[in-house]
Amino acid sequence: MVVSQEKENGVLIKYFIIKKNLQHSVLKVKDLSVGYSVRGKDLIIAKDINFSLQPGELIGIVGANGVGKSTLLRTLAKIQPKLNGEIEINGKNILKYKPLELASELSLVLTEKIPSKNITVIELIALGRQPYTNWIGALNKNDIRKIKEAIALVNLQELENKKCYELSDGQLQKVMISRALAQDTSLIILDEPTTHLDIYHKAYILKILKKIAFETGKTILFSSHEIDLAIQLCDKMLVMSKNKTTFGDPCSLIEEGKFNELFPKDLIEFDTKTGSFRVNQ
Amino acid sequence: MKSAKAYRISFFILVFILILCLLANISMGSVSIPVKAIFSSLINGEVEKESWKYIILNYRIPKALTAILVGSGLSVSGLLMQTLFRNPLAGPFVLGISSGASLGVAILIMGTSVFGTVFSMSLISSTGIAVAASLGSFLVLMAVLIVASKVRDTMALLIIGLMFGSITTAIVSVLAYFSNTEKLQQYIFWSFGSLGNLSWNQLLIFSIISVLGIGLSILSLKNLNSLLLGENYARSLGMNLKKSRFTIIIATSILAGSVTAFAGPIAFIGLAVPHLTKQIFITNNHKVLVPAVILYGAILMLICDTIAQLPHSEYSLPINAITSIIGAPVVIWLLVRKKKMVF
Repeated sequence: MVVSQEKENGVLIKYFIIKKNLQHSVLKVKDLSVGYSVRGKDLIIAKDINFSLQPGELIGIVGANGVGKSTLLRTLAKIQPKLNGEIEINGKNILKYKPLELASELSLVLTEKIPSKNITVIELIALGRQPYTNWIGALNKNDIRKIKEAIALVNLQELENKKCYELSDGQLQKVMISRALAQDTSLIILDEPTTHLDIYHKAYILKILKKIAFETGKTILFSSHEIDLAIQLCDKMLVMSKNKTTFGDPCSLIEEGKFNELFPKDLIEFDTKTGSFRVNQ
Repeated sequence: MKSAKAYRISFFILVFILILCLLANISMGSVSIPVKAIFSSLINGEVEKESWKYIILNYRIPKALTAILVGSGLSVSGLLMQTLFRNPLAGPFVLGISSGASLGVAILIMGTSVFGTVFSMSLISSTGIAVAASLGSFLVLMAVLIVASKVRDTMALLIIGLMFGSITTAIVSVLAYFSNTEKLQQYIFWSFGSLGNLSWNQLLIFSIISVLGIGLSILSLKNLNSLLLGENYARSLGMNLKKSRFTIIIATSILAGSVTAFAGPIAFIGLAVPHLTKQIFITNNHKVLVPAVILYGAILMLICDTIAQLPHSEYSLPINAITSIIGAPVVIWLLVRKKKMVF
């Protein structure tokens, strides 16, 4: 009995290992440099970026201001061109995607304010279905189901018919996340989703992202300044410092002392025991 | 997305008001015609005086239809510009279309005294003016489109449009400075705007162009809604930004350009109607807004025209002045009452 149980477990574990190996990378980045091209000259902001993301993972990008987090995310989202290296989404080079194809693989939550808030929450979330709707944007049954699912995942049922200008920053951020969910992509990229929020809502938003990644198997990549929260919640992290970008799981990154390299040490220092920064007294 | 169905009653009321305004507009004018005679001319029945029937069929109805086309065309193009430029102050003429038309007309009318009598006086007919206005706005439009294909930033495009406007206005001033009083007066009369100069043939051309412009706007509905989230989001939703921006600019230019060519530079309507409409249709969903501004613009223009022709008097006031005198206080009142404008 016990033996057979063990055997079964063994088979199960094997099965999971195989499944893990078969899992493709949703996003694969090789030797990427990002930055700007000014009059034919490349202005590199970050280089030698390598990582690969699996389905269902929550990944945080951390680093000091100006180190290139947003530039990297904008490059991955094809908002600005890369300088060097390769980006693959679901095994296909990002350059080979047509805009509409990319829209069904990758959705965004940006830091920029939306110009018009005179639409209801559900109208805004429904815009996430634009890549799938016909020329005039009519929603079919499947679209409506996806919208309802996206609303339920983020618990927005009660705000559904509110106008966006009536919402708080935290609520609006949830709406934008829900819109990205309605777009039904395998990868969601968020640029600093927790800025302007209080500590409770910062944790709340990241918790929701964790839940979405776990429940839907979507890969979620976000940048953040909440290093301590990210360490607690992320499956993997990308630590960007001036000259080097390191990718790994939070525990090994702590062991390697990567977080200590983030900032100059004259003011704050990383405490490996608590996984947070402390002010030097 | 909440569909137009939710606003069915509002639409029904607007259509009803539009018909009322249309009838009121046709019934009133400098010559007093009894209501009975008006209805029988409309259904092609017996009319007491042949001149009444002539006035209604060849003057008042074309003028009322022109008012409808002008009002709805300007309002739609204003709405498109406000969404494209994410700016509630934008109107149909931000891209310099009206200044282009003014330049065309100014050169036609006043250019004769500056460049000598190369142009014969016979050219300065209403058709000649329409052609000059179209050419002028078309040239400015071409310049804007060439720039638009080079500029990535939509806001830069807005400034460039305004600069084109400044250049053309400056040239018009120079022409005005050197031209004689008579020509200057003629130009100023054109700039007052006029709805009553169109023949049935011209009206047909005007309608075809307007339908084309509104058709292009309807094709852009989905993209206009994407643009509510800003350009980066719109692109992440799979929208081809350059192509949609082009379609929207061309639709605006066709609508605003044709209105200016046929009725002169009519201010205010394009800027104000989208805001007025949003007071009733509290949404930015363009599937609701586009039909709503079409109705709203047509109604407002008919009302303004009815007032401009001063019932039972010989005078008719410049339509361009009436739109602002009537419209601006309404917008101010609405905004003060609401205390806050939501864009």
